[in-house]
Amino acid sequence: MKKGYVRPLDLRHGHVDMGHGAGGRAMAQLIEELFLRAFDNPYLRAGNDGAVLPAPGPGERLVMACDAHVVSPLFFPGGDIGCLSVHGTVNDVAVMGARPLWLAAGFVLDDGFPLAQLKRIVDSMAAAAREAGVPVVSGDTKVVERGHGDGVFITTTGVGALPEGRNISGDRARQGDAVLLSGTVGDHGTAILSQRESLAFDTAIVSDTAALQGLIAAMLEAVPDIRVLRDPTRGGLATTLNEIAAQSGVGMMLEEAAIPVQPQVAAACEFLGLDPLYVANEGKLVAVCAAPDADRLVAVMRAHPLGANAARIGTVIADDHHFVQLRTGFGGARMLDWLSGEQLPRIC
Amino acid sequence: MKYIDEFRDGELARGLAAAIAREVRPGRDYAFMEFCGGHTHAISRYGVADLLPPNVRMVHGPGCPVCVLPIGRIDMGIALALERGVTLATYGDCLRVPASGGLSMLKARSRGADIRMVYSGADALALARREPGREVAFFAIGFETTTPPTALVLRQARENGLCNFSVLCNHVLTPSAVSTILESPEVRQYGTVPLDGFIGPAHVSTVIGSRPYEFFAEEYRKPVVIAGFEPLDVMQAILMLVRQVNEGRAEVENEFTRAVTREGNLKAQALVSEVFELRRRFEWRGLGEVPYSALRIRPQYAAWDAEVKYRLACRTVPDHQACECGAILRGVKKPRDCRLFATVCTPENPMGSCMVSSEGACAAHYSYGRHRDEAERVPVQAPVPGGS
Repeated sequence: MKKGYVRPLDLRHGHVDMGHGAGGRAMAQLIEELFLRAFDNPYLRAGNDGAVLPAPGPGERLVMACDAHVVSPLFFPGGDIGCLSVHGTVNDVAVMGARPLWLAAGFVLDDGFPLAQLKRIVDSMAAAAREAGVPVVSGDTKVVERGHGDGVFITTTGVGALPEGRNISGDRARQGDAVLLSGTVGDHGTAILSQRESLAFDTAIVSDTAALQGLIAAMLEAVPDIRVLRDPTRGGLATTLNEIAAQSGVGMMLEEAAIPVQPQVAAACEFLGLDPLYVANEGKLVAVCAAPDADRLVAVMRAHPLGANAARIGTVIADDHHFVQLRTGFGGARMLDWLSGEQLPRIC
Repeated sequence: MKYIDEFRDGELARGLAAAIAREVRPGRDYAFMEFCGGHTHAISRYGVADLLPPNVRMVHGPGCPVCVLPIGRIDMGIALALERGVTLATYGDCLRVPASGGLSMLKARSRGADIRMVYSGADALALARREPGREVAFFAIGFETTTPPTALVLRQARENGLCNFSVLCNHVLTPSAVSTILESPEVRQYGTVPLDGFIGPAHVSTVIGSRPYEFFAEEYRKPVVIAGFEPLDVMQAILMLVRQVNEGRAEVENEFTRAVTREGNLKAQALVSEVFELRRRFEWRGLGEVPYSALRIRPQYAAWDAEVKYRLACRTVPDHQACECGAILRGVKKPRDCRLFATVCTPENPMGSCMVSSEGACAAHYSYGRHRDEAERVPVQAPVPGGS
């Protein structure tokens, strides 16, 4: 019997339809011709419901993190929802001090979403995963009625291996510790905002979306006992520092002048009435380390391309109220509070 | 940022702080009201209070447009969207203001009202133009700064015969609010609120000019210094006020000469008077009914006046019993004098309007300054040697 001809997916002009999420032949084709081709690896190619993965090394523990991505617009200067969904989860695993190993991805697609755009997103995701050395080993696709999603939502789950004895945690900041930042803040949120329909403005600002596991590995090699690592995403630097202060039961005193902000980001935030310290980042990290380690750690960070603008921005202090304070460049002091409400919706 | 960093320079700030410290008289207290929320925000955001001598005190005024908006007006907007199916477009700050029945515009939106955030009235007009099948109302708020843009969209709507657009006008006037404060019993008779002078509005004054304040300076013998919204503007204005007080002068001085003239923006003034007329009275949160303190849309524009178009009436709704916003807006109380402050009333869950906008006295103090209250209340912990 002649092998039946199956018309390939029209990745140029075709659209997602309900069949692509129904579990039948159309879904199998979408997986084969789009996802599998892009993410290609033996775990995924095995075609089972789950991926069978090797156990980590002796003494190692597993770290698992999950992140849902609903960014609007889907494509923005410096990236798109695809690479963002890899970076976001890889970073969540890496800031635990773990070596990111595998990713799983769940897609929620709108009926009618152009396949060309989906391909662009999936290719970007695959490139980011390859670059980070973290394969997508399992996945799922669902299609919802047109208008019930917003094009594409992507949820990724990451698994990493944590070496024996490593303990990086938000509750380990101690009085006298140094607070470090890997680079300029507010780039991602401002880049997204510049593309919003209601506000669109011309700017050269690009998202900082990036996978940080290389930078973190270099930092841990130089200073194995980093106390806290965290990526300041939604809520920005201010919110992340407040989380750490609350978890550790300490306060912080920051120097406003030491916090790097790109001039064009500062200017955009100025006219939009935003504070860059509350605007999201997708390729930056905050580190807390013992004060004597600070200079060495900053030097290592600066030697890495993703930490070129790293700086020591403040000190952990004793404070029963867990306030994060800021000495302003103007000369006064003020609180740097948690983000209240929502500064910008749908940024990651 | 060129042209902005220059007005936030720490070196210059220290110089001005030293000059203020040199010129204040040790035996005397100075209390100045900054009328505008923009100044309140700058003072809190940059820690200006830390640079002032202890006998110079800043009193926050009512110049935050969201804060003075009475509950009844918000209710009108919500009813329009929720009950009449009108798409309501407004500034982001309005969305969280608490209204009747535990609602806010944001909560009304979760219940199905079509309420959208816009950056200007022009965005609302564009929305109406884009979707002719939809009734769009712009919930307009603000002092004289935001009034000309609203006038402009009303004029454009009329010129283009755009029938699905209207404006729910809540524009209020600065000078009448200042006189109400100066006429309030606390200031005039009891002397419970000593006010030695005003920092005059920045953006409002670019429109109305410095002339309207001359009356207050003369009639009430209070110095007024119009100042920009940058922290150095505020410091310079404080120094100028201290000098006027020391010299027994009560004049209108203009620190903000880079933007404000005595006559103001005549074109904007003409536009406003073409479209708007005075309301006989208007309710302000905290100040109550203030005569001739707000604007309404002139009859020629009635077809675009949401109050006329939808036959809306405003109902007076009392504030939460324990809320001190009223007294805070008049400068009689400070945020920390309110029992609700930082307990049940927080920026996440504002009970009163002063906690809503970042320009509100309570929100500014909560977000930027409440560590000072704690420092005063709780003895500072001695540092543990070595830490752990």
